[in-house]
Amino acid sequence: MSLLNRGKRTEPRSLSALLLDYGIVIGFAALFMLLSFQTEAFLTPRNQLNILDQAHQIGLMAVAVTVVIIAGGFDLSMGAIFAMSGVVAAFVARDLGQVEAFAGAAPYLGWIAGIATGALLGLLNGVLVTFLQINTFVATLASGIVIRGLALIITQAEQVRVPDDAFQALARGSIGDFRNTIFLWLGFALLMTLLLTRTRLGRYIFASGDNPEAARLAGINVNLVRTIAFGISGFAAGLSGVISASKFQKAQNDAGQGLELIAIAAVVIGGTSIMGGEGAVWRTVLGVLLLRLIENGFNLANVDTFYQDVFQGLIILFAVALDALRHRRR
Amino acid sequence: MTAQPFIEARGLSKRFQAVQALDDVSVIVNQGEIHALVGENGAGKSTLGKVISGIVRSDSGTLLVKGRAVSYANPHAALQDGITTISQEISLLTRQTVLENVLLGQEIVRAGVLYRRAMLQRFEELQALTGFSLDPDARVRDLRAADQKKVEVMQALARNAELVVMDEPTAMLPDNETVIFLQMVRQLKAMGRTIIYISHFLQEVLDLADSVTVMRNGRTVRTARAADETPDSLVTAMLGKSIATMYPSKSPPPPDAPLVYRVSGLTSAFLSPVDLDIRAGEIVGMAGLVGSGRSRLARTLFGAEPITGGRIAINGQTVQIRSPSDAIKAGIYLLPESRKEQGLLLKQTARQNVTLPHLSGLSNLGGWLHSRRESREVVEILKALNVQPHAPNQRVSRFSGGNQQKVLFSKWLLRRPTVFIIDEPTRGIDVGAKQAIYQLIADLAQQGMAILLISSEIEEILGLAHRVLVMRLGRIVAEVPSVDGVLDQGAIIRAAFGAESPTAPQKEE
Repeated sequence: MSLLNRGKRTEPRSLSALLLDYGIVIGFAALFMLLSFQTEAFLTPRNQLNILDQAHQIGLMAVAVTVVIIAGGFDLSMGAIFAMSGVVAAFVARDLGQVEAFAGAAPYLGWIAGIATGALLGLLNGVLVTFLQINTFVATLASGIVIRGLALIITQAEQVRVPDDAFQALARGSIGDFRNTIFLWLGFALLMTLLLTRTRLGRYIFASGDNPEAARLAGINVNLVRTIAFGISGFAAGLSGVISASKFQKAQNDAGQGLELIAIAAVVIGGTSIMGGEGAVWRTVLGVLLLRLIENGFNLANVDTFYQDVFQGLIILFAVALDALRHRRR
Repeated sequence: MTAQPFIEARGLSKRFQAVQALDDVSVIVNQGEIHALVGENGAGKSTLGKVISGIVRSDSGTLLVKGRAVSYANPHAALQDGITTISQEISLLTRQTVLENVLLGQEIVRAGVLYRRAMLQRFEELQALTGFSLDPDARVRDLRAADQKKVEVMQALARNAELVVMDEPTAMLPDNETVIFLQMVRQLKAMGRTIIYISHFLQEVLDLADSVTVMRNGRTVRTARAADETPDSLVTAMLGKSIATMYPSKSPPPPDAPLVYRVSGLTSAFLSPVDLDIRAGEIVGMAGLVGSGRSRLARTLFGAEPITGGRIAINGQTVQIRSPSDAIKAGIYLLPESRKEQGLLLKQTARQNVTLPHLSGLSNLGGWLHSRRESREVVEILKALNVQPHAPNQRVSRFSGGNQQKVLFSKWLLRRPTVFIIDEPTRGIDVGAKQAIYQLIADLAQQGMAILLISSEIEEILGLAHRVLVMRLGRIVAEVPSVDGVLDQGAIIRAAFGAESPTAPQKEE
């Protein structure tokens, strides 16, 4: 009998608990079906691929901030890192492009420099938060303001244009009908899923968010784990910012304002607890897609975007209420 | 006792999903008595207390309060009949003052503004009534635990409570403050209040209560006068069977057993130089009052608090301990005192908890986990320690207290430590689980482990240790050897309280 128990969930689970846990799946499926019946334009491959492509910007950041939130943190600087990384990428691509020796490689070096900037800024956030023991909410709010300020200083509020068309390849390239961006963000989501569920670091991330003291007493360097988590979110915000710069062949200091909030909203809608210690990347992927579906549906139905904001806000409230309800039941 | 009973429960039943918490419970609580409820975890005593105080509603049965049938929708409704609760955790606004807490919801206002003078007057009346002397303007969080309990009692009196349900009120209190608290409970009784007292501490219950109701599996076993019961008779009734003895027989290590653990001159910001030797197979008990530095020493030995000097050697080899991870590598493990705050990841599964300190050995160089091996090992250890259910993928918060503690033991026994520091092995768990853990500790020593056992329950130390060290004010002040297999309890307690006050209050008989 005990052999039968092995590896299975043996918790008694009521229907309402299941509904609470899998609300995002039901919500997503319901909206998807509704839109399929409502408008013919929705279920076309072209529209579906568009939704997936457009989801990359929030998707990358939301997946990464899921990791930070599970580790017990919060990252409000992602929008600023997004802008800074784009600016750095565009600068490098533009200025190195004028140096003959680097002209060919300049666009690619630009991408790399931008993404590296993002990761580095994320790690700095991590150091700020962990080693100085500052509240993550306030620390990343402040570092975000500083980073955006620096972006303003180095651009002097001017757009940075990259003349070389090769710079566009990251965002606009595609494999068959699939844009690179789709592979990038879903690939990143897969990678983070494996990290969280199949590796030692993943376990440490959950442990650090669940009970940092118990994690420390289990021999885990919680500060290091959280710093790595912030590095991941910086990397993703950087990648997202570079993709945006690549897409328009230009970057500016005020790009990506408020993206971090939408990313965090997507995490919450997916059902990952903002209390830390629990959650999953697939939830966030569905949360991101749900937000895209809403936007797409409103656009196809020609509804005023004003209503869209109200509707999205209500969905977020609903998701947070579900999270609170889940916690009360435990 | 011809007076009408304060509480009369007739056939109360309550079901929580799959668990029948109360099963046709009938009990009578008389006016002005201290009525204790005892039983193992899950026996239904807390649920009964919660039904009486309006926190939980029964599914069926009748609850008569002073002869009148009631069914409280919430605690506020129960308070209207003078019934309130004091529980294990402090439920006060800790950042507010004593005065604000005592008169919370009973504030006196004049022209819409708080009337401080009248409130102070009311506060002083309550102080006079109880004989407490608390500073009304002190912040609750700055008070010691026993004083916080006093604030809760005054709050109850301010609300004209006639019956107070106390659910494990002393579980979080240090021994010396427990003494103060128990005096206060007697005083409440002297003031004519009725008390329903739920506790695991049987001796405490017998000293305090007028009558005792024993519960088992949601049913009442019997109600009797406390004077007619003994700890043994209560345990037998609680378990439904007689237990020969709680503690396994001691088998001290042979005199030539190797010295496994040697600590010399260990210092930290909070510890005077500490010397400590443990031989293979030896259980060294560490006694002392709460705050004497026992847990601090444990944490320092484990690298969780900085070491400023001294030497630690394992089997003659000096080891450097700068962090818990160093200690784990050196084979020194710590089972921390608070299972919920320091021990377990409550949102994770048993498996994730058990293997957390040992993942390096369960993953490859890239950090990829060997899931199947992990599962197998976790199932084995959960079975070996008889964790119920041995379901590795069940959330740890869904296990009972005793089984959570066994999961914590599994976590630190998945790989065998050389030195095992065990801080409060049985806090807040039921008698059956306690006995299993005592047997486990004795078995581990038999297998040659060096064990440092810290406990606030002196019976545990007396029942398990081969030798006892006593801590006081951050230093080891006495070593009490076992003479013909017996430890001198008086010597331990005298040392714990300091030689200058040998008559200090003691909880244990």
